[in-house]
Amino acid sequence: MSDPTARPSRWTDHAVEQLIGRLLQIGVLIAALVVVVGGALVLSQHGGAVASYSVFHGQPELLRSIGPIVRGAFAMDSRAVVQLGLLLLIATPIARVAFTLGAFALQRDRTYVLITAVVLALLLYGFLYGRA
Amino acid sequence: MTTLTLALWIAGGSVTAGLLGALTGLGGGIIVVPMLTLIFHVDLRYAIGASLVSVIATSSGAAAAYVREGYTNVRVGILLEVATTIGALLGAALSGFIPTSALAVLFGCVLLFTAYRSIQPRPEHDLLTTPDKWAARLRLDSTYPTATGMQAYSVQRVPAGFSLMFFAGILSALLGIGSGIIKVLAMDQTMRLPFKVSTTTSNFMIGVTAAASAGVYLHRGYIDPVLSFPVMLGVLAGALIGARILGRANTKLLRQLFTGVVVIMAVEMLYKGLTGGV
Repeated sequence: MSDPTARPSRWTDHAVEQLIGRLLQIGVLIAALVVVVGGALVLSQHGGAVASYSVFHGQPELLRSIGPIVRGAFAMDSRAVVQLGLLLLIATPIARVAFTLGAFALQRDRTYVLITAVVLALLLYGFLYGRA
Repeated sequence: MTTLTLALWIAGGSVTAGLLGALTGLGGGIIVVPMLTLIFHVDLRYAIGASLVSVIATSSGAAAAYVREGYTNVRVGILLEVATTIGALLGAALSGFIPTSALAVLFGCVLLFTAYRSIQPRPEHDLLTTPDKWAARLRLDSTYPTATGMQAYSVQRVPAGFSLMFFAGILSALLGIGSGIIKVLAMDQTMRLPFKVSTTTSNFMIGVTAAASAGVYLHRGYIDPVLSFPVMLGVLAGALIGARILGRANTKLLRQLFTGVVVIMAVEMLYKGLTGGV
């Protein structure tokens, strides 16, 4: 994956690949840890409650958008803590795309800066606004 | 059933799904939704939300290793992600208007296709063929590590592969799956990438594709934390165990077993969808 047209820099494709791999690992690890903590809280607080998911009700507003989830998680609402972990998990591939965009910019690879920016814009649109 | 009991059962099922998915290379996501709807009677929308989350976890976890080993073609991945994310956002927009019974029928068809593909022999193809205009312009040709050193390969039929990825994205959002089967098919057979590069680049793209629709579904209230946490942690644990024992397991037998499970679930999903049971 060497690119003869790009300026030589320490941001070689190989270096970028190593960093992308590390970023994904750390993102999944942190998300999983937050979900483990939240899951333990859910089971200790609501473990005895009757669970049924056969009818769709949707989630309350608290668990549907970023601001309320973060506030709920810091208030140690168990479900909001799980939801924060899931939010971090969804953000991990998005962060990977943002990082790749930066790497292509440092390589002065205009075509791929543009392509990656399109992907990032689409992802952020869905993630921040929740519309499709 | 109490929350605790249900969470334990779902976690157990999810570990199995993740394990089988990793060992067979078919991915666990394809059986998480049928498992949740058919066995645990979970509403299809909750099941899709929980499945997408587990798909992001396993694909990102596995992609980390493959990218570092140099198999993944990052440029091909990023380029095709344009198509999969547009497809995923479109699929998420459509899903609100499609009755769940129709989604169940579609799911059954995709499961049948998966089973069919998994028993088909994989035709080998040449790695270095005629230059392709788009592959040259976008500098997609690359090399990958083999037992005999770095092997160069060229990428073919980029527009056809790109179009297939659009459908992979729609299916991913509608059904809560990674669509790895279609992604690998498009890269291996249409774009003529080496098989190992196709599977790892597919895996690399799956996280981004699933994140596109998962973001929308979170806002729409499809992602239930209490249901999603045993699914996510279970599938992730199963996939990690699977990757560790991959060399020692009898994958041929497991693949036949898994294909059998997929066929049974396909029939059940079709039946439920057609009789309005979902």
